[in-house]
Parts: sequence; structure tokens; C-alpha cells
Amino acid sequence: MTDRTPEPESARQERQPVPPTEAAANPDGAFDAFNPPQRELIDDCVHCGFCLPSCPTYELWGEEMDSPRGRIHLMESGLDGEPLSGSMVEHFDNCLGCMACVTACPSGVQYGPLINRTRAQVERNHRREPGQRWLRRLIFGLFPYKRRLSALRLPLALYQRLRIDALLRRSGLFAKMPAHLRAMESLVPPVRRASRLPARVPARGRRRAVVGMLTGCVQHAFFPDVNNATARVLAAEGCEVVVPEKQGCCGALSEHSGREREAVEFAKRTVEAFDSAGVDYVVINSAGCGSTLKEYPRLLADEPRYAAAAERLSARVRDVAELLVELGPSARLNPLNLTVAYHDACHLSHGQGIRTQPRELLRGIPGLELREINRGEICCGSAGVYNLLQPRAAAELGDLKARNVRDTGADLLVTANPGCSMQIRTALRGRGADLPVAHTVQILDAAVRGERAESLLNR
Amino acid sequence: MESTEPAPPTREGASADLDGCVELLGKLLPEESLITDRQRVRTYECDGLASYRTVPAAVVLPENAEQVRSAVAACSEHGVPFVARGSGTGLSAGALPRSDGVLIVTSKMRRILELDIANERAVVEPGVVNLDVTKAAAPHGYYFAPDPSSQQVCSVGGNVAENSGGAHCLKYGFTTNHVLAAQVVTADGELVELGGAAHDAPGYDLLGSFIGSEGTLGVVTSITVRLLRSPESVRTLLAGFPSTDEAGAAVSAMIAAGVTPAAVEMMDALSITAAEQAVRCGYPEGAGAVLVVELDGPRPEVERTFTEVWQHCDEHGAFEIRTAADETERALIWKGRKSAFAAVGRISRDYIVQDGVIPRTALPEVLRRIAELSAESGVRVANVFHAGDGNLHPLVLFDGSEPGAAERAEEVSGAILELCVEQGGSITGEHGVGADKVRYMGRMFTAEDLDVMQCVRCAFDPAGLCNPGKVFPTPRLCGEAPGRRRGVHPLTEAGLAEQF
Repeated sequence: MTDRTPEPESARQERQPVPPTEAAANPDGAFDAFNPPQRELIDDCVHCGFCLPSCPTYELWGEEMDSPRGRIHLMESGLDGEPLSGSMVEHFDNCLGCMACVTACPSGVQYGPLINRTRAQVERNHRREPGQRWLRRLIFGLFPYKRRLSALRLPLALYQRLRIDALLRRSGLFAKMPAHLRAMESLVPPVRRASRLPARVPARGRRRAVVGMLTGCVQHAFFPDVNNATARVLAAEGCEVVVPEKQGCCGALSEHSGREREAVEFAKRTVEAFDSAGVDYVVINSAGCGSTLKEYPRLLADEPRYAAAAERLSARVRDVAELLVELGPSARLNPLNLTVAYHDACHLSHGQGIRTQPRELLRGIPGLELREINRGEICCGSAGVYNLLQPRAAAELGDLKARNVRDTGADLLVTANPGCSMQIRTALRGRGADLPVAHTVQILDAAVRGERAESLLNR
Repeated sequence: MESTEPAPPTREGASADLDGCVELLGKLLPEESLITDRQRVRTYECDGLASYRTVPAAVVLPENAEQVRSAVAACSEHGVPFVARGSGTGLSAGALPRSDGVLIVTSKMRRILELDIANERAVVEPGVVNLDVTKAAAPHGYYFAPDPSSQQVCSVGGNVAENSGGAHCLKYGFTTNHVLAAQVVTADGELVELGGAAHDAPGYDLLGSFIGSEGTLGVVTSITVRLLRSPESVRTLLAGFPSTDEAGAAVSAMIAAGVTPAAVEMMDALSITAAEQAVRCGYPEGAGAVLVVELDGPRPEVERTFTEVWQHCDEHGAFEIRTAADETERALIWKGRKSAFAAVGRISRDYIVQDGVIPRTALPEVLRRIAELSAESGVRVANVFHAGDGNLHPLVLFDGSEPGAAERAEEVSGAILELCVEQGGSITGEHGVGADKVRYMGRMFTAEDLDVMQCVRCAFDPAGLCNPGKVFPTPRLCGEAPGRRRGVHPLTEAGLAEQF
């Protein structure tokens, strides 16, 4: 890999038997011998096409090669001797990894492992153009590191406070910036001051469980309010909340982008941080991270020292909504007169099958009306760092989502993933709708604390 | 035409020139609408019947009727065969491309052009997904009746080509009963209107011949469909029986008693297992067969017939009868049935989806014979079918990696069709003949029958460029005298028909 990030140190160790250079690419096909997409999983696909309407890129373009069925077909032809050409890579890159096709598939095709392996092969065996390499270096040198992200808070706050964004747009300079940079700039949420989360938050009332909290990277840097609300709600529900200090990135972004070695290193650290924390559950409020932690046993399958701990950890992992429903909410909720639309984050609904729990929690709040979003199963275009790598497709999907969100007539959008929050907020603004966006736990927190609906709407 | 010698392969002045055709397509169409990159094109090598694969020379993705017209005109000008395709979910390889031809895919043409609720109709582009028509009409209390099991993905254009049915065609008929008009591009690249907004048009029913022609008469570019008012009341019942015999008898009894359910579907033990694994539909445990019976219409009528259906099931040995209490339960019952084909992928590596029709009364006999065939050959057969109208979908299971398994499965599959024809049925109920069943056409029709069909085809597509190789056993050109004989066709000789 030419665009290797300097951290983590151990990620530099070679794991693959095949040196990751272009020259090593299999002359008889698209993939090298190390973990190619599994033929037996490909064979599960009967080509029925039931996945097509669920696929965001098929929704946009209506082309077979940008559908799950078509991508599986491409993988198959890659195994059968077709080289890893630029066009083949393009179609794999176009995939958002939203896993809606997995929900739709009646034959039980495991598209997740297939696309993950394919992406890792692409990263090893395909040399991208320099611009793309630099962009990836920037993204993966920044987002998985909460300190680097946090260091950006001050300059970004100044940028926003001084209205430089408006100045750039007025001067026409913004339009001249590269699309990827424009996308990045537009997505940054308003930087707000927030109190630091203590290492331990005691349970209120009878203690029902000890939970470790993963604070995330983007969540930590840009949505500290969500983490604080999560800890408060958990405490109100009788959970003692532990925030292990040594935790870093869980590896979700790297894994979903085929940067397998990096992901494995991040995963090892996360396992270490939580394995010794002595908690009953590990709670996550970011859909993408949760789905990756639940997949750790597969990700760390080749790491004998970590395999058992990965199993232990993933068995304890819960999305915050999942845990709250499992425990049975007991805190008294004050009424909130509010109409909200709930957006299913793909890595929550398709990735973890969590659809009913957040809705159940929201419906439990007196006075709150919950509305469904038309075509809710289609991804909003955020998809990890997809909106930075594929800004055009992501913007189209974002706009589609924004339209459907706006059509619900809700006062506020609820979603449980920082990526979705940023993406949909930006898309809504593009449509001239400045709908506030909040995480499920922020709504619950407001209900627990007896805040008024206006406090959520005027954030 | 008097000639007994084979005529030149294409019309006068045109000779097959693939390169010239592709070059012309490149000029006529926007860049992104023409695909020639080998790897990309290869993703279109098969439709829903993946055992047939041919990589087309080029794929065209038109965005409107005019682009379809120019694509067809380019093919016609250069004598290049073309095949139309919608979502690519067909199960008879009807959209199997030609290596020497162009594949015209309508998946980008998915606008609902008009929703005319007052006149109970909608005008849609061919790539519009079947279920999306209903979704658009539903807020007004209307729906589009044809409901193939793949309705969440299959296109209305494909429905027109295949004259698709679905679970509810027992009561509501096939696609042909729900299309008022169609705009089509003829084989020589002309845009024409067939049918009209009125419910009946004088003259020959050209629209009727077009629907179900499996893409051999032209490419449809817009369809005026009928919308039906959503029934006031729908009740769905799920009954578990010890075996298909009892379930079959229950079906015969309810229909003999004058009940016309909207749908009567049967699944046998093997297909229940598959569906259960795929979608956890919660069908009665240990059932040798389940019946899904749906009644719709005015509430009092539905309530009365529902009691009757219940009694018939009960009297014929149902050990468990359930009714869907709400829309969620109803959806779950249907989900089991509608995902059954693809779900069989969970219990078998490969399988053939067969599609035969028999008189309903022959059901117990045919199922017994299928079981015998299966036992003799050691090939597992799962049965899913529209029991109400005798449309069987035996699923012949095999493991393609096992030597000889595919051939054995194919043999059983053929024998089942033989059985259907023997019982006075048909080799296809709704999936079409496509490329897959061409070889069985001769068992169902005489040479004269096929000649008559060929005459119709030649009237629309004299050059034989429109999806050649499908439906008819030996693709012939219209310059030839169709038939296995040499000499003037008897119909021509008798002055009853003319060849163009």
C-alpha cells in the first residue's frame, strides 16, 4: 500500500504473503491469492435481482454494474480471469456498503464479507491516480484520530464564527475548490463547546448494569453533546457508565474502505481497551462503529492472540437503543410536544437489524409523534467517508433523502449516526430546509430532564 | 414468396455490420447510454435464469422513447439483431443477449408519465417497477393488479413482454387484461401506438398479439395500464395440511363450491423449509403443504366466503388454520411465498425453476407423478404453485459441481413439462418460452401451429432482428418458408395467409 498512514505503528508489519504492489496483481484475474472474494458466497447469488431496488447506486443510475447483483457478477468475472481494470474498480468504489441488499436478499447472500475482501484487494492491487491517493491519505490520516480531529475544532470554530465560509462562497472561490474539499467543508457541523465526559458516571438509583462507552472519533470531536446525552440517559436508566481512557478509533472507517491491516490494528487496541474494563456491556451510539465491533470476531480471525477476546467483546456490544430496550426503560419521561422523523442509519438497520428499538424508545415519550420517511431503506449517501470520496453520488442521494425527510413535515430529524447527521443536515440546507437534527439519545435526554421541545429545535 | 431456397439472411440492402452499428449508436446516443467495455457489458450476460449466458456486443441504456427508436433504427439499418431487457429478472432467458447483437436495457426509463385516477389508468415507461405503479396509485385508493412474485423489482415493460401473471391472476387475469395501450418501436425503428385509451379498439387486436410476444415483435416504450380500485376488504388465510393431496382436494372443493379467491397458493414441505430459512415466515410447523388463500372484495362477501374457505380447509384435513390479523401478518404470509424461488438457494446450490400448467383437477395426479420422478432419479423437487389456476412451479434442485447432476435435473425438469402437456396443460404459465423452453414448443404445438405464429412474427419483424432465437424452435427468417418442409406453406397455398 503506497498511501499508508503513519499510525498505528504495528500496522506497518506485513501480513500479506503477497507484497502489496501493482506488479503483484494476479495475471490470471483481478485478485491475488490472499483472501479473494469467496467463490462459495458468490455462488449463493441466484441472480434474481431482488437486491436492485434497494441499492442506492442502482436507484441513481439504473445500471447493472452498479447494483449488488452486478458487482457480485464483476467479482465472479474477476475470479474467472478478468483483470482488475479501472472500470471494475470504479464500480466497487461506487458501492456505499450500506448493506440494504443484504436485507433485501432472499437467498441470504453475504455481500458484506464479499465487498470487504474485494475492497482490500483493490487497495492492495490497484494504483489510484495521485489525487485520489492524496485524498485517501488525508482522510485516513485524520478521521480515525480523535486528537487530530479535536485539534481542528478551534480553527473550524473560528472559520465558522468569522463567517469565512460565507465569504468564500460570495467571492466565488468556493466553487473553484476541488469537489472533495467542497464536500468536506459543507459537511462540518457547527462546532460547539461541550463539557468533557468524566471517566466514570455513577448510576442514578439502583444500579442495573455497568456499561463501557465507546466515544468514537467524529462523535467525540464534533458531537460531544451526543456522548454526554448518552451517558446521562444511561445513568438515568440505572447504568454505571465507564469511559475507558485508552480507547481510540474502532477501525470502522478503515474496514469499510478495504484498509484491512489498519482496521485490524485499530480493532486490537479497542479490544484491549475494553477487555480489561470490567463492564457488562459495551455501548455505542454510532451505528457504523457498533456494526464493526460486532464483526470483530471475523476481522480478528487471523489474530490468535485476540480471537477469544474479540468474541467476548462482540458478545457484549450493544447499540445504545438496543441496550435501553433490552434493559427495559424505567426512567420517568416528561412530555415533549414534537413531531420527529426517524432516519434508519444503514449500519443500524441493515448492518445490525436494529429498527424497532429506537422507534419504540421514541414512541415511549409522551406527546412525541413519530413519522416514517418514504423509501427509508435507501442510504442517505454518507456511508462512512463515501461522501468525501464520491461527492457527486453522495450529494444526489443526500438530496433524495432530504426531499423525503422534508415531505414528512416533521419538526426535527432523529438519527443515530454522526455521518448521517452531517450528510442529511447538509442536504436539507441545500434544499433550503434548516431542519434540526438530533440523536435518539438527545431526545430521550431532553425527555428525562424535562426540557422543552424548543430547546431541541433551537440548537 | 414462392422461393424454396433460403433467402439472404436479412432484408435487401442490409447486411449484418456490427461495427458499423456500434459506431452509429455512438453517434446517436449520449456517451453514457452506450456501453462497450467488456467487463461492464459482461454484467448483462444473463437475466434471472443465470444458467444461460451470452455476452452481448454492446449494451444500450436509453433514457427515452426516442433513444430506443434510434437504437433500434441503427440495428435495423445494419442488420444487427437486438434484445430488449427490463430489470433482468425473467426466468426463461427471454432477455438472453446475442453475442452478435445489441442489448437494449430500459432500466433508466422509469418515470410514471401520467397518473389519471379519474379514468383509472396510468401511463408508465417500460423500466418502471411493477410495485411502484401500485405505490403511486395507492394513496388514491387504486392499484395495479398483475403481481408477479418479483413485483418489487420486475419492470412493467418486462411484464408486457412476458404477459406476466402472479398470485392474483386467478381472479384478475394476466398483464394483457390490464394494458389499454402501448407505444412500441417496431423492428425497423418506427414508433407506433397500439391500442388506445378506450377499453376496446376496433380492428385486429395488435396490442393483444404484442403482449406476451417475449420481445419478438418490438420494444415497448410506454404503457397505458389500467388501475383497479383497491378492494374494500382483504382477508388472508394460511392453512397447514399433512400433504399436498389434502391441500389440493381443499382447493378443488372451494372452487367447485363457487368461491373465486383472489389467490390460492400452495407450497410443499421442501419449499416451506426454504422460505422459513430465508424470511422466517412462521408457517405451520411440520406441514406437508400449506395453502395461502386470499379473498378480496366488498366486506360482507369476503366475510361469507372466508367462512366457507375455512370450512373447506378444515374438512379436507388442515391441522392448523391461521388468519392474518393485520397488514404486517399478511405481508409476512406473502413474503414466505413471494421469496420462495430465491429462498430455495438456501437449501440447494443450483436449481431449475420450472413453470408448467395443468388443469386444476389433475393436481393430485401430477404431484404424485412428480414425486415418483423425483424418487426414481434421486433429484429433489420442491413445489410452489398457483394452485387456483393449476400453474405449477416445480423447483428442481441440484448441485452443479457434481458431475452429471445438471443433466439429471434437466431430464426431470423436461419430464415434468412432458407430464403437463400430457395432461392437456402447457409448458409455461407465466415465465415465457424464452431461450429455455424453445425445445419444448414442438411437443405442445404442431408444425402448422408454429408456422402460423411465425407468420404473425414476420408481419411485425420481417428481417428477424427482434430477439431472434427465442420462442420458436428453429429461428427462421421471413424470406424462408417457415416449417420443416420445403415448398409453399399450406396456408399460403390455400390463400389463407401471405408472407411478407
